[in-house]
Amino acid sequence: MIAEAGHYALVLALALALIQSTVPILGARLNDGGLMNVARSAALAQFAFVAVSFGALIWLNVTSDFSVLNVYENSHSAKPLLYKITGVWGNHEGSMLLWVSILALFGGLVAAFGNNLPLSLRAHVLAVQAWVASAFYLFILITSNPFLRIANPPIEGRDLNPVLQDIGLAVHPPLLYLGYVGFSISFSFAAAALLEGRLDAAWARWVRPWTLMAWIFLTLGIAMGSYWAYYELGWGGWWFWDPVENASLMPWLAGTALLHSALVMEKRNALKVWTILLAILTFSLSLLGTFLVRSGVLTSVHAFATDPTRGVFILMILCVFIGGSLALFAWRASALKQGGLFAPISREGALVLNNLFLTTACATVFVGTLYPLALEVVTGDKISVGAPFFNLTFGPLMVPLLLAVPFGPLLAWKRGDLLGAAQRLIAAGIVALLVIALVFAWTKGGAVLAPLAIGLAVFVIAGALVDVVERIGLFRNPLPIAARRARGLPRSAWGTLFAHAGVGVALIGIVCETTWNSEHIAAMKEGDTARLAGYELRFDGAMQRQGPNYRELQTRFSISEGGRPIGVMTPSKRSFTTRNTSTTEAALLSRGVSQLYISLGEIDATGAVTVRIYHKPLVLLIWIGPLLMAFGGLLSLSDRRLRVGAPKPAKPQRALQPAE
Amino acid sequence: MRKLGLILLAMITLVLAAPLAHAVQPDEVMADPAKEARARELSRELRCMVCQNQSIDDSDATLAKDLRLLVRERIAAGDSNKQVLDYLVARYGEFVLLKPRFETHTLVLWLVPPLVLLGGGLALWLHVRRRADTVARAGDAAAPLSADEQARLDRLMADGSDRTA
Repeated sequence: MIAEAGHYALVLALALALIQSTVPILGARLNDGGLMNVARSAALAQFAFVAVSFGALIWLNVTSDFSVLNVYENSHSAKPLLYKITGVWGNHEGSMLLWVSILALFGGLVAAFGNNLPLSLRAHVLAVQAWVASAFYLFILITSNPFLRIANPPIEGRDLNPVLQDIGLAVHPPLLYLGYVGFSISFSFAAAALLEGRLDAAWARWVRPWTLMAWIFLTLGIAMGSYWAYYELGWGGWWFWDPVENASLMPWLAGTALLHSALVMEKRNALKVWTILLAILTFSLSLLGTFLVRSGVLTSVHAFATDPTRGVFILMILCVFIGGSLALFAWRASALKQGGLFAPISREGALVLNNLFLTTACATVFVGTLYPLALEVVTGDKISVGAPFFNLTFGPLMVPLLLAVPFGPLLAWKRGDLLGAAQRLIAAGIVALLVIALVFAWTKGGAVLAPLAIGLAVFVIAGALVDVVERIGLFRNPLPIAARRARGLPRSAWGTLFAHAGVGVALIGIVCETTWNSEHIAAMKEGDTARLAGYELRFDGAMQRQGPNYRELQTRFSISEGGRPIGVMTPSKRSFTTRNTSTTEAALLSRGVSQLYISLGEIDATGAVTVRIYHKPLVLLIWIGPLLMAFGGLLSLSDRRLRVGAPKPAKPQRALQPAE
Repeated sequence: MRKLGLILLAMITLVLAAPLAHAVQPDEVMADPAKEARARELSRELRCMVCQNQSIDDSDATLAKDLRLLVRERIAAGDSNKQVLDYLVARYGEFVLLKPRFETHTLVLWLVPPLVLLGGGLALWLHVRRRADTVARAGDAAAPLSADEQARLDRLMADGSDRTA
């Protein structure tokens, strides 16, 4: 009954989406406010029905209703409640339902908080949003229905993949989808602007908070996924240049570019056409990511060819939306008026440079991810494109970009003074050089590139600080005045500081982890001691434990530093009976922002356990960086400038805020 | 989307190595640290062909283990890094390399990043120049006032109001 209700709610959501995609457009053509307003109620109702449908699937999982195929295949009655809920999106069907639910959520948010949008713009935005939603409802209903029943219900389910039974599954996919799908709003706004043929600075003001919000979620989602892989997969890697990861990195790179170009558009009414194109491309890359991951094309081109229903369906969605929006762009973009002028050396110029490098980086990831597929389809040749390729191509692109980052905020709009900016960055440059010299001296004879890269990261961080220090006159004014000016500084300036510094912080973590990561592999018996990076790790012993749906061999290591005990680590191996698989649960011990990492291998006949121990210096910075970036985004989002409908900053006028 | 990677990875592990084994086992490590370092470096450039985008250094699969041993065997036999890679490509095809070689069929792959950067830079430069030209011309055109405008300006200067409006 619940399953049928969920299914029915989904069908109703499709029906509403179809109304929402046509009636408002008609209303806009006829200039009929009533018809245009249909978009609002339809979007809200559509979200309500999807929520019912999604809730139904959660309910079926929580109650372990194994008469539903999807639940039977991915759940187990003994599974802890948390994983019964998160398991909903731990499989193809549920994950797609989460995707459309979030899409409908964003549509609902625009409907609920978009009262200050011009009526016809809102009608168009919601209509475009509904086009995308309709396509994906159809996809789910036709090829990936999560509510299918089994004629003879089995007594027990087949359990969720053990690797996914982790808190990471609760956080990572929803965050990632909020980011991915959040870019649909920028896309809808872009398409609406093209359909209406009107685009002004106000448009950029409306789009920027939505883009920023999606970007924050995507940043957190990617970072969270990376940390999850780091501790779950058991060999301490945190980024693999895997096509699945690249699929999320591409929209992030394009979205970051979009964020910056929308800034130019908002402030200076320039780069309009490019911003529109980026908005289209960013969401297109999100769709592409969905296609890559959901069609099975990544596992093998042949797997795709043997069961192509889903893949071909998404491919069609992809072609219609990307092709359609680009055609619309080609047709209407020339109608958009060119905006403000600027000299090459200016804030705008710096942001254009940012866009050039980010776009190139994105193109690099794109070709690296798709070229092997294309080559195999066309010629049958199989090649691999992995980490070594991306390190060689993507890495160098980041160097000039990061060098330019501190200059951007210091240049004036329209016409900047590069020499002046450079002079103000001298302090940052000196700090960076000192750090390079220090790291060189400290690691003498070691890697050459690493100290330089750390210097670059320090330059980015110090450069980000310089901007704010200058603006509040920290060393020129007495402290109370500086503090007052700091409070008066727009939140977006602080946002820039945190976001840019976050990039530098992450880079330090990346460089330190990859360069000075040390490891120790040994077969250890009870009582053995291993030494690594100044720590002694004593293997105290192992014991068997019974978990809710697994058996666990838990080992215990006492860690000491110079004879002084500092902690206990308990890496384990779990065997899940239902799927007959085992997972390794690595143990992590943080020392500051560095970590010790132990993961277990096989146990041989003599009872010795293969143990891999890593010392990962400053590794946590890799994820603290993105957290800072997201925090910067949040600060920027809370800037009153972005609250549309508050045109007079002096007057605390209570207006609806689109993005909070 | 990472989770699908995890699913696939887990599926592969399920098929290939029922009890989860680990990459580089203690018994594989070479006695000479310099050679071991070379072996690790090469391992990171080689793909475990039955896995999804994993290097043999990371992979748990049996094939990866065999390949790791093979790499070490070749190094012990005195091969240079290039010879080891050549040997593996000859045996397993180019699919084994995680960084494809620069050849005709990988031309596009390798040239896209520099071409996008150069092309984008060139397009920007042309755009800036064209707009600068337009602005310059627009500036020239705006310089002299027509007789009518001049007369209106004179009137405005004289009595401070624009009666023609």
